[in-house]
Amino acid sequence: MADKGIYTKRNDGRKMTEVRPMIAKVGVVPSADGSAIFETGKTKAIAVVRGPRTLHPQHMQNAQTGILRVNYGMMPFSVEDRIRPGPNRRSEEISKVTEWALSSVVDLSEFPNTVVDVFIQIPQADAGTRVAGINAAAMALAHAGIPMKEMVSAIGVGKIDKTLVVDLDKYEDSEFHDAEGSTDIPVVLTSRSKEIALLQLDGKISIPEFKDVIELAKVACEDILKVQMEALKNVNGEDKDNE
Amino acid sequence: MVKEKRQIVIPGEVVATGNEFLPGDGAYRDGADVVAGRYGILNIFEKHVRVIPVSGAYYPRRGNTIIGTIVDITFNGWLIDFGGAQNAFLPVAEVPRYINRNELREFLDFGESVVVKVWDVKSRGIDASMKMRGFGKIDGGMIISVSPNKVPRIIGKEGSMVKMIKGATGCDITVGQNGKVWISGNSAEKEISTKKIVEFIVENTTITGLTEKVEKFIKGLGMNVDTVEIVAENTDGSPSRDDSGESENMEDKE
Repeated sequence: MADKGIYTKRNDGRKMTEVRPMIAKVGVVPSADGSAIFETGKTKAIAVVRGPRTLHPQHMQNAQTGILRVNYGMMPFSVEDRIRPGPNRRSEEISKVTEWALSSVVDLSEFPNTVVDVFIQIPQADAGTRVAGINAAAMALAHAGIPMKEMVSAIGVGKIDKTLVVDLDKYEDSEFHDAEGSTDIPVVLTSRSKEIALLQLDGKISIPEFKDVIELAKVACEDILKVQMEALKNVNGEDKDNE
Repeated sequence: MVKEKRQIVIPGEVVATGNEFLPGDGAYRDGADVVAGRYGILNIFEKHVRVIPVSGAYYPRRGNTIIGTIVDITFNGWLIDFGGAQNAFLPVAEVPRYINRNELREFLDFGESVVVKVWDVKSRGIDASMKMRGFGKIDGGMIISVSPNKVPRIIGKEGSMVKMIKGATGCDITVGQNGKVWISGNSAEKEISTKKIVEFIVENTTITGLTEKVEKFIKGLGMNVDTVEIVAENTDGSPSRDDSGESENMEDKE
């Protein structure tokens, strides 16, 4: 391509396709049935799973299967200006899309009339919180022993000026003003069948570029899956051996 | 192709390849592959592939001993909350004595606790029974909650740990697979020491040589561990106890 645009070097020195350094850990909330923390760069997400447990109110119960209920929220101090706690338009949307993405892999048919609650909290936000939340939630669900067909991994791919960029941070997402507003595409991929469990698009992008975005997301998700699996395989405080 | 036998597997991970393998609990077949459908320890026994959970909520299995509380009384039985996804149902017919159907509360009232056996696990809920030795109503003592995943450690190999605690403290302890432990002794002090020992085990499940550490801890509390044999033989004839939680060490299924 002749014109590379103005965004040729990333602010934090990463390669265009490089994911921020990741830290993942399960079992961070011992009182829960399952829990996990997932960090990419400065973004942190904690997910807690409780259940399956009886669902109230009763009219929400499904006699054929258990249901998944996701609650996403950012902590008041997670960004520089205080966020008013409690549900808002954005958190409701993210809760819902996370629920849909995770529903495609969890199988709650063994637990009719019950609910599995997933609580996602963001103690520190630096863009990409919904994908970090989904990564943490997938680990927490596995840790809670919920039957799942496979895992999910999530990544945000974006376009700044004319460059495709993997895992945008806050600067790239909303503070880089030299070019037209950036495009952000969160992608959730399942670990085994490599199906897309969630795809959102904020901004504009051409069809050929969009295809590249999916390829970039697939590569990045492999790395994320490795981190997730590593965390799940090296659990401390669980009975690995029986002496 | 088979993965190493005792290792942690993650949902979606291929654990065995070949049509001769039979996917069991926590595993499913996809083409020639057998894939983990749950997070846990891989267990392959004679081509039968299972994934045994290591964390998370308690899932009842047939034959488990559970300790729960009466939360509802229906026309023909009781509903027991034991901390699982659904409540367990204890029918009148599964109680080893005559009960007047109009006066179910006479035998078990709301809020009272019971030790029961899981008789059947269906998707609708689970059925419980009280019809065997070691099961019945709980009166006296204390119930403490621990993580269901730590239960095999409290029980020990073939009930060794439970026997040791019983011998040292003189208290009866019944361990429910749902993570409830009933401690009953003749003095509150003894019960509290027993509770401390159980909590010590739960906090130290991952260390090696747990039995010795527990012995040391018991001695630190000023009790003698060597009384094990004497007390183990001395079955006190109390009908509602007798090692009921020990029959099924969850790790012992191979």
